[in-house]
Amino acid sequence: MGTFTTETRAGLGKDSRPAPVPAARKRVFRFKEPGVLPGFGLSLGFTITYLSLIVLIPLSAIFLKTMTMNWSRFVQTITSPRVVASYKLSFGASFAAAAINSVFGFIVAWVLARYRFPGKRIMDALVDLPFALPTAVAGIALTSLYAPNGWLGRYLVPLGIEVAFTRLGVLVALTFIGLPFVVRSVQPILEDLDGEIEEAAASLGANSWQTFRRVILPTVLPALLTGFALAFARALGEYGSVIFISGNMPMKTEITALLIVSKLEQYDFAGATAIAVVMLVTSFALLLIINALQARTRRFQEA
Amino acid sequence: MIANPKTRAPRGLESVYARCVLVLIALLYLTLFLVLPLASVFAEAFEKGWQTYLDSVHTPDALSAIRLTLLATGVAVTMNLLFGLAAAWAITRFSFKGKNLLTTLIDLPLAVSPVISGLIFVLLFGLHGWCGRWLDDHDIRIVFAVPGIVLATIFVTFPFVARELIPFMQARGSEEEEAARVLGAGGWTTFFRITLPNIRWSLLYGVILCSARAMGEFGAVSVVSGHIRGETNTLPLYVEILYNEYNFTAAFAAASLLSVVAIVTLAAKKLIEWKVESGGGQA
Repeated sequence: MGTFTTETRAGLGKDSRPAPVPAARKRVFRFKEPGVLPGFGLSLGFTITYLSLIVLIPLSAIFLKTMTMNWSRFVQTITSPRVVASYKLSFGASFAAAAINSVFGFIVAWVLARYRFPGKRIMDALVDLPFALPTAVAGIALTSLYAPNGWLGRYLVPLGIEVAFTRLGVLVALTFIGLPFVVRSVQPILEDLDGEIEEAAASLGANSWQTFRRVILPTVLPALLTGFALAFARALGEYGSVIFISGNMPMKTEITALLIVSKLEQYDFAGATAIAVVMLVTSFALLLIINALQARTRRFQEA
Repeated sequence: MIANPKTRAPRGLESVYARCVLVLIALLYLTLFLVLPLASVFAEAFEKGWQTYLDSVHTPDALSAIRLTLLATGVAVTMNLLFGLAAAWAITRFSFKGKNLLTTLIDLPLAVSPVISGLIFVLLFGLHGWCGRWLDDHDIRIVFAVPGIVLATIFVTFPFVARELIPFMQARGSEEEEAARVLGAGGWTTFFRITLPNIRWSLLYGVILCSARAMGEFGAVSVVSGHIRGETNTLPLYVEILYNEYNFTAAFAAASLLSVVAIVTLAAKKLIEWKVESGGGQA
């Protein structure tokens, strides 16, 4: 088997998938499997060069910069009370926002996947708004909504619920930017759900709640977790929408991303870099978890 | 309403009452978090009437911010488009060692906080950075200048086109290109006559998402820009400056321009999705 089988297969039409699986009589190490299409060197060369120049080399700058730092100073920077307070806020608010979005995003996905009602298409399109609307615009819009004289603030503030310039405001902003993730992760799975399984569960005597909990939820769970993790990861690094509504009080409403910026403004490059490393390592760990979850979701979809 | 074969007639799981409650909850949630903020942008922008709106959009600073935003978006989208095509071609048309790693690395910028995306370029090209001294000697400014803004925008929108193209080209397979090659078409002819027409919707989709993000990027650009009015302000940064000066009407007027872009983006995105769906139905 070699290139010539690919050609005979191509002649057969249907089964002409590239399938460049050479029967390795001798197991030779090959970087690239043979095929008929050209441009491998050019496209891969450009891809790797561009990736290195724009992403890999600049990102490694952060880690190299940290290595020039004194270890005790590094630890001191990333564990100072103000920084720790910002971790707590960033993690806590991101987690809570992702949790809120998991519940309501699931309902939105459910409604979009299963029901018909007027305005559904507009609603479906609108879900992606946080992806499309610049974060700064979202930030000032939310602030004006919840300010004491804003559309919502004028009713909430007299009740003693202050959103603007408090931690609650951070939560609101992070909920906004994380909204599409759960909906868009769960919606395709719910659409693909086979109605027959539900009917089978029902005919075997399960009530609606049992069918939901025992049949639907387990199928959707990996996608739901993926959506949660994506929203959480996005919220952790968020900057633009939060800084307007949070008021940025040290120890109280200061998020980690803002601390990096304020260190930079004081020309404390080492300090900014140290905090950035903590954030980067967290994000990369989350990325690994998300990848694993997505692989599981795909298995569910294919099964 | 398009008849979606997957959305079957009502299923027996929940009562009509429960359905109405769920739809109401969903509507309320989206209204609270999406509709109200969007509406408030326009309400605030037009609070003092059309004339004030036009005046605040038509200032030299606003125009230069718009120009810089368009420039950065244009460069970033073009570069990432070329990259997306090359990466998708390499990844979906060949099998080679390390492909999965490469795919993961392409997504990396999505996991990086916007602020850190700006920070890395300050560390590299800033006055105290690695290349800072050399750049300063040669009088080249990258950080706190236009090149830095363009670079940060490219970084932040890096994976957008590639992410759309890779799954699409993977699913489409390479039979048609192989057939063209076997029939004697050259490499570029195959690409321009077979591949490009096939992937045009997916490509456009990626470009739309990429431009929307490029125009709206705030955190990364904010860190590298230095906020020099009329020089290194993009539209989102200009919004911030006006807002911090308590010039709310002007801030929301500039924000409303970005919101219009966002709405157009959403509409275009949905149109392409429906187009591809109905096209896929016929095939």
